[in-house]
Amino acid sequence: MPGLVPGIHEYSIPPSSSWMAGTSPAMTTMFADPLPINDCIVTIAGATFVADLAGALYWEDERLLVVSDLHLEKGSSFAMRGVLLPPYDTVATLGRLGAVITRFDPKTVIALGDSFHDRDAHDRLSETNRDILVALQTRRDWIWIAGNHDPALPSNLGGSVADEVAIGPITFRHEPTGARGEIAGHLHPKARVSRRGRGVERRCFAGDGMRVVMPAFGSYAGGLNIRDAAFARLFRLDALIAHVLGDHRLHAIAASRCC
Amino acid sequence: MLRRFAPRNDGEGDLGSKTPQRSARRCGDLDLRRPNAYLAGVSIAEPELSLDLLPERFQRWFAARGWAPRDHQLALLDKARANRSALLIAPTGAGKTLAGFLPSLVELSSNLSPPAGRGRLVGAAGKSGEGADESLLEQAARSAEAPPHPALQAALAAPPSPRARGEGRGPPSRGLHTLYISPLKALAVDIARNLEAPIAQMKLPIRVETRTGDTPVSRRARQRKYPPDILLTTPEQLALLLASDDGPYLFGSLKRIVLDELHALVTSKRGDLLSLDLARLWRLAPQVRAIGLSATVADPDELARFLVPQPDGHALSADIVIAGGAAPPIVEMLDTKERLPWAGHSARHALAEIYDLIKANKTTLVFVNTRSQAEMLFQELWRMNDDNLAIALHHGSLDVGQRRKVEDAMAAGRLRAVVCTSSLDLGVDWGDVNLVVNVGAPKGSSRLMQRIGRANHRIDEASRAVLVPSNRFEVLECVAAIDAVAENAQDTPPQRKGALDVLAQHILGRACGEPFFADDLYAEVRSAAPYADLSRADFDDTLDFVATGGYALKSYERFARIKQDKQGKWRVANPRVRQSYRLNVGTIVEEAMLKVKLVRASRGAKSGSTGAIARGGKMLGQIEEGFIEGLTLGDTFVFGGEVVRYEALVEDQVYVSRAHDKDARVPSYLGGKFPLSTYLAERVRGLLAEPKSWRALPDQVREWLSLQSHASRVPAKRELVVETFPRANKYYLVCYPFEGRLAHQTLGMLLTRRLERARARPLGFVANEYALAVWGLGDLSHMIRHGRLDLDALFDPDMLGDDLEAWLAESALMKRTFRYCAIISGLIARRFAGEEKTKRQVLFSTDLVYDVLNKHQPDHVLLRAARADAATGLLDLRRVGDMLARIRGRIVHKELDRVSPLAVPVMLEIGREPVYGEASDELLAEAADELVREAMEGRDS
Repeated sequence: MPGLVPGIHEYSIPPSSSWMAGTSPAMTTMFADPLPINDCIVTIAGATFVADLAGALYWEDERLLVVSDLHLEKGSSFAMRGVLLPPYDTVATLGRLGAVITRFDPKTVIALGDSFHDRDAHDRLSETNRDILVALQTRRDWIWIAGNHDPALPSNLGGSVADEVAIGPITFRHEPTGARGEIAGHLHPKARVSRRGRGVERRCFAGDGMRVVMPAFGSYAGGLNIRDAAFARLFRLDALIAHVLGDHRLHAIAASRCC
Repeated sequence: MLRRFAPRNDGEGDLGSKTPQRSARRCGDLDLRRPNAYLAGVSIAEPELSLDLLPERFQRWFAARGWAPRDHQLALLDKARANRSALLIAPTGAGKTLAGFLPSLVELSSNLSPPAGRGRLVGAAGKSGEGADESLLEQAARSAEAPPHPALQAALAAPPSPRARGEGRGPPSRGLHTLYISPLKALAVDIARNLEAPIAQMKLPIRVETRTGDTPVSRRARQRKYPPDILLTTPEQLALLLASDDGPYLFGSLKRIVLDELHALVTSKRGDLLSLDLARLWRLAPQVRAIGLSATVADPDELARFLVPQPDGHALSADIVIAGGAAPPIVEMLDTKERLPWAGHSARHALAEIYDLIKANKTTLVFVNTRSQAEMLFQELWRMNDDNLAIALHHGSLDVGQRRKVEDAMAAGRLRAVVCTSSLDLGVDWGDVNLVVNVGAPKGSSRLMQRIGRANHRIDEASRAVLVPSNRFEVLECVAAIDAVAENAQDTPPQRKGALDVLAQHILGRACGEPFFADDLYAEVRSAAPYADLSRADFDDTLDFVATGGYALKSYERFARIKQDKQGKWRVANPRVRQSYRLNVGTIVEEAMLKVKLVRASRGAKSGSTGAIARGGKMLGQIEEGFIEGLTLGDTFVFGGEVVRYEALVEDQVYVSRAHDKDARVPSYLGGKFPLSTYLAERVRGLLAEPKSWRALPDQVREWLSLQSHASRVPAKRELVVETFPRANKYYLVCYPFEGRLAHQTLGMLLTRRLERARARPLGFVANEYALAVWGLGDLSHMIRHGRLDLDALFDPDMLGDDLEAWLAESALMKRTFRYCAIISGLIARRFAGEEKTKRQVLFSTDLVYDVLNKHQPDHVLLRAARADAATGLLDLRRVGDMLARIRGRIVHKELDRVSPLAVPVMLEIGREPVYGEASDELLAEAADELVREAMEGRDS
């Protein structure tokens, strides 16, 4: 059904669900194996991206991978203030990032701001995590976009630092302005769906085919509901589509159907 | 399981009688010189009780009112004189509270005229050498010279010591004598009022004060400087006092602790917290003796352990005093003339009959099991209320002001009926209720008896109660419960094993007070009955958790919340930690509640935009966040006695408008908060298994069971009947474990995993209190017939191994359990200093923390605490395990060609209750499909 829904060219239907054809959609893949196809293609201002289930966007034409809001060392940031969250968030986030990088093998990685939870967070990186980060950066360009949590990143982190990056029709920046062709983060979009007295809430990409706000990638990063006023400033409700990160696949859901 | 306390030497006694003894007699018929008939000491022989125990002033007071002290009141005085702690077990209306306070009142009054020849027990307060004629004033003057607890001078640096107070600036203070702990703030306040009368009438120089969350700061400060004689408070306030610098001074003089409604306190984590605070008090005031007041429980010995320090290695119980039983209650089941519903919990069929009961009685309490049932019933009763009877509504979600109004009107006798939930299970005594109606399943016999006891608080008149089953299975439960009540059979839960998250909170609190050595605290903690078996490893892990998070990765040493000083004593690392502890003390983690406000309807039906809604509006009460999350804008539900429409959610406020619909779109969504007790479940199985006993059942139910025995099989007492049958292109498996909804849900999750592996292609399941139905695409009958599915293997207890682990890792219930533990343990603050964060503005999600911790350190102490909770809490794993063991080798399979009569109720729940086992992806996929459909439609038009 290419072209049916703005911004979606192809919506992957899991092949293994065919045996359940005709049953209630609510039940279909409950016990199916994890699905081999777990991403979908989205267009943003004419450019084509793969939206990955982990919450990353990959631009095939440029071999460029974007992730947003890693919030590294959020755990230790809270620990400094007496809330001793488990100190495993950074290694968990970097582990998932490593898996996405392995999958796409990008030439360039853009971390779209708020990569570190606070100004000093990079100083608290453990040796191990620093080594993991160096390994991820090897043989590729790495761009840290400055965010409100990490406005001034030192040069010793590897890669380069920028406020924003423009490539072709696309502009990468941390805080969304609503401009055409913008890929931004900052808002941590999440979507909630309720059916029959039960609700599910997940991170999502929020976009309308012309611009997108990326989900937060960090293990401890919370979310802001796409029905919040912050999104109303960027998108018309009837055009806003959430690409929701499910357990095994992405789901394109009209924001007007979320709650 | 039930211990009977038969009269020892009582002419009226009827040994072995099933009806409890009547003993609460008034002055005229009670010979107080006779050996007491209603006492059962655990370890001591009862001396002869006499009025000599009671000072003359008290005797005159009783006599002036035409009363005589009851046996158990004298018995507690006797225990006090013998310096023993005691547990009083008495039904409501037995003068329990006065019994608990009499020893204190007598002791405090004896400062004026102590009983001749009997010295007072001298405690650490150091009031030795009190002369018999010493006046109160003299004594007060003397205590002003010497601080009550000389050892604690150092600790008194912050608040002025008694010496520094100066003369005459406050009421004379002898130090705190008695501490009273109640589970309810309102109860503490009520008791304080009730104590005023005897104290004033006997002109006793006794000062009684309360301390609750509402007590103003100035009074708190005064209480610390000039402690009252008797302080009435809650477990949380006690924890706060103990964590303050004043703790040792304040409690050093303590002689008595009175623990009210102990049976209710000990079943929760609040009980764990209280037990740890008691352990602390035993150290601060070794002279202290406890009196526990409790309703009847299954195992009094076990409960009595709570009241005394547990010695290393063996159990020790306080003495037990049993008050004579009240007149046996008259309990009947409503024999409805209407058709009994197959399923559901509305009791709609019996509305007219309930209304008639209310009309025929002066004041009726109508108990239901959930808030939504209360709402529904209240609304329906008013719909038929042609006589304009004053019928009110009371549940925990209603605005506090509203609840107080109802309680006051009730106490003043202005109401004919109150429809209420467990919010009225405990609490303030209001005499003149003459009927209790219990709608729905009684769930447990002790719970039912306590509710019945709410009617008619005069012990020597029988309470009257009518049970109204709301469906056929509940009829069985009601009959079983009535039998249990007649036998006075109790099914209160067994003693808890102390939770580690509560221990963590306590350790932090201890570090906020006096610094401690780990070894000392370990010994102290183990003197609390729930923690008597605590291992040193668990203690050390919990201590480590409090200090630096308890992580294998040691990266938080510099952020430690508590630290060891040079001597090795643990103390709080900085004042901020102390402040955070104070803001977050307590173990009650309520589900996040949202405020419900009534506004005018928005124009656009499904706009959902918050801007269109007028802010403000009348506050209706509070509602569980989880309930609202399951709604979509525009849904209607019943709240505050009317049908409302969900308009918007802004931060922590839900905006609703009046819907003019008769019925709400979203029905009551829960059968009940309390699971069917194991004991009642067993009785129900016994009732089913014995066709002769069906005679006691209404015709409709008896016919239903007869049909079942012809069509399939009625389960025998220990067996599990499993039925399989096809229906509308799907194949069903229904079984009848009778273990309660929570256990059935857990079983359902685990069974569907196994069925999936067996390629039975399960699709979902639904559970009620009695049965579980699983359905799928595979023909289960065929598979069983051809040996491709082995039921013994399917129900093998080993499902509690790997399958459970795998499921727990992703279970939403497990994540919720973890969240509660994280909050109680102090990992996450409910409230941060200086900012009143609403619950929706939490800065991180505990689900995310759970995922990360579970992956990187699965044996972390908080995960252990959460799993321990899961065993008895939301997942009820213990019952699943017990059930699987019970039915092993006793599974009876019935291959049917259609649904059986017994299966109808659970089958009817499909579509009514949330279906479990729906993976999140499917819910999301459904919403996504709508998008595609909408796009297609747009194309067609």
